[in-house]
Amino acid sequence: MNLDSKIPAGPLEEKWQRHKNELKLVSPANKRKFKILVVGTGLAGASAAATLAELGYNVHVFTYHDSPRRAHSIAAQGGINAAKNYPNDGDSVWRLFYDTIKGGDFRSREANVYRLAEVSVNIIDQCVAQGVPFAREYSGYLDNRSFGGAQVSRTFYARGQTGQQLLLGAYQALMRMVDARRITLWTREEMLDLVVIDGHAKGIITRNLVTGEIRRHAGDAVLLCTGGYSNVFFLSTNAKNSNVTAIYRAYKRGAGFANPCFTQIHPTCIPPSGEYQSKLTLMSESLRNDGRIWVPKKAGDQRPPNEIPEEERDYYLERLYPSYGNLSPRDIASRAAKRVCDEGRGVGPGGLGVYLDFSDAIKRLGRDVIEQRYGNLFEMYERITGENPYEVPMRIYPAPHYTMGGLWVDYNLMSTIPGLHVLGEANFSDHGANRLGASALMQGLADGYFIIPYTLGHYLASHPKMEVTTDHPEFQRVEEEARARLERLMAAKGRRTVMSFHRELGKLMWDNCGMSRTADGLRTALERIPVLRAEFWENVLVPGSGQELNQNLEYAGRVADFLEFAELMCLDALHREESCGGHFREEYQTPDGEALRKDNDFAYVAVWEYTGPDLPPRLHKEPLVFENVKLTVRSYK
Amino acid sequence: MKLTLHIWRQAGPNVPGRFETYQLDDVSPHMSFLEMLDVLNERLIAEGKDPVAFEHDCREGICGSCGMVINGSPHGPRQRTTACQLHMRMFRDGDELWIEPWRARAFPVLKDLIVDRSSFDRIIAAGGYISCHTGGVPDANAIPVPKPAADRAFDAAACIGCGACVAACPNASAMLFVAAKVAHLGSLPQGQPERYRRVRRMVEQMETEGFGHCSNHYECEAACPKGISIEYIAQLNRDLRRAELVGQELLP
Repeated sequence: MNLDSKIPAGPLEEKWQRHKNELKLVSPANKRKFKILVVGTGLAGASAAATLAELGYNVHVFTYHDSPRRAHSIAAQGGINAAKNYPNDGDSVWRLFYDTIKGGDFRSREANVYRLAEVSVNIIDQCVAQGVPFAREYSGYLDNRSFGGAQVSRTFYARGQTGQQLLLGAYQALMRMVDARRITLWTREEMLDLVVIDGHAKGIITRNLVTGEIRRHAGDAVLLCTGGYSNVFFLSTNAKNSNVTAIYRAYKRGAGFANPCFTQIHPTCIPPSGEYQSKLTLMSESLRNDGRIWVPKKAGDQRPPNEIPEEERDYYLERLYPSYGNLSPRDIASRAAKRVCDEGRGVGPGGLGVYLDFSDAIKRLGRDVIEQRYGNLFEMYERITGENPYEVPMRIYPAPHYTMGGLWVDYNLMSTIPGLHVLGEANFSDHGANRLGASALMQGLADGYFIIPYTLGHYLASHPKMEVTTDHPEFQRVEEEARARLERLMAAKGRRTVMSFHRELGKLMWDNCGMSRTADGLRTALERIPVLRAEFWENVLVPGSGQELNQNLEYAGRVADFLEFAELMCLDALHREESCGGHFREEYQTPDGEALRKDNDFAYVAVWEYTGPDLPPRLHKEPLVFENVKLTVRSYK
Repeated sequence: MKLTLHIWRQAGPNVPGRFETYQLDDVSPHMSFLEMLDVLNERLIAEGKDPVAFEHDCREGICGSCGMVINGSPHGPRQRTTACQLHMRMFRDGDELWIEPWRARAFPVLKDLIVDRSSFDRIIAAGGYISCHTGGVPDANAIPVPKPAADRAFDAAACIGCGACVAACPNASAMLFVAAKVAHLGSLPQGQPERYRRVRRMVEQMETEGFGHCSNHYECEAACPKGISIEYIAQLNRDLRRAELVGQELLP
């Protein structure tokens, strides 16, 4: 497996500009001759599709939703980072770069992260021009707030609905190109597999979710913008339909999968309330700007929060990490919450929760200010829990939220399969072992608006144009495999529902490959996953038929892939014998319980190659070279 | 709690549908409405029956996927709340619930509670955007937007495109949906150059799709889970009149 990262030579600050100067171009008249398949319409997919179509490419866009606007980017709440330094508080491209690479616990590429920080400023310009209604001061200029892992205010936001507004901006740009007939939009069309011909990604197989029709689509390049795989845990903050299928299928067709064990557990989610729980709801990290996190000092303290006097409360983040306090990065804050709950000091049902308390902020700023800042989040909390957070502190608990791992890509966002490009959360590139808040939106849009439009042209111009049609025997073969898999799912006619398997897998993964991991736990999971998978294929019960709208069949296909992918995640977590970012191995911690990185042994990207059914994947390593930053112990104390 | 559910079942777009009745015996008040339907579906599958098809995704009230009429109200009895954010504590033991899809000519039923809302996408494609190419735009702070205008734009932009406004309207009009986008972009300086072209094209497309017109029932505003104000419809009408009375070329 060739892991040439194609990082341009030269000083860090000049790499991207130099690279852009050297990339090959496709002439305007020729662009329309290239058909580009874009899978997924979140921030990365919609922004890429719109921009490529504006440039003149013939773009086909696929989403399993009824509309591109439903993609899960829409649910991002807090904001988007950009090194604009509008507040004049000392921010710069370098600082955003440094915060991001440090926040990622030094497990990402310098050049990629620097480029991300560099283009962050263009994203804000672009979004404002599109009409994204960011928060503003009375002067009419843009407002900023702070987020975890940073000591400057560089986060732009649109109340608690930043993701929605950014996605609608990208969606509208996409629909404009649909109207101009430059984009062909395929809705309710799910990608089932990737077609690789002569070593290049040349097409996809899809299923129409209304009619069940299986279709072949050929193109000159494929862009996967299909998001993350947190739903491997069943309970996560991801939308119910989010899944690993597109990138996992690509992995099985030869794309390297990088750092699958790097998953992010978000510290501020509403705790589960019962066995029927179907998903977890995030409460934006921005709440930590004004909310204070605490638990009782005494284990097993059952008193209601308002009766616990100040001196018997432990504001543990402020105590442990005085300089960042409640704004410590996500991995740190999540683990700290787990620790206090493990000590028996958790609150709420089952002791799985900590308080996020706004009473000080309300006293200091008044209820109106808090309502203006977080009104919609407070409302959402009240709807779900039936409790009023203006009067009673919120109860929160960590939940799976984002996956830093994903398909390996080079500096041009191309995977190990030429022509297959991967954008946004689906790739592994920029967040290392932990993502900072407000950086996912930044990355998705950076990839789509400002990186792929340059690098895709280079790929197309560097290879002789291969005329592939869907009559090619490889399309035939991959389609038959996809059909066979669907038929097998329908034919099992067992006794257990798809959801029951998914729940069981999710619990297994949460217990053994979640917030903290041990070699023993991971080995247990690695023994039990294949057993569960075998039972799934024997005993799953999918009602209905494949020739109709059948949500359980869709779900079964996704869970089948999770059941294979989970094993890869555990293998990766087991092999990485260090703790870094969101990957916490209990065996590797400092005396005070912090992550213990081992830079001499693990400063690399772990890239897994599929070798065949029931064969162990092969590990490849891309060493991470740091020329500009010194690897330090990440301290937020 | 015990509940009696009457749910609209329809196998496909071209077959007649009907209500079917189901009993649920142990519904927890902490469940969300969709989790209650999950429980029903798990039971139906185990019994070898076809589960109820309903659309959902984020379950956080923002993606706009879910939508069903519950006892006559789109998204159910709680104001400013999507079906996915509705919790069973809003109901009482022994309640009878009638659950049906959005009903509008422009939203044909695909199966059970799922309707085809692609007409909304086509309305946006007709003009619900600001035509700026990626790149080549001024610095973000070069376009100051007075805070009241920005807030007004945001309030309109909060629309999640769920279609409850259409389901609530006796005319099955999409005026609130269209007005929200027209007002969002029309309230901002960036949206001025295309302001009148936008409103004309979007309203034209709305008519082509078979949505009705607004006759001031205000049901849309009451049903909207995001509380979008009908005031925006007035703004739409103002812009539309100006666009019609004066030629496009004479407008600012």
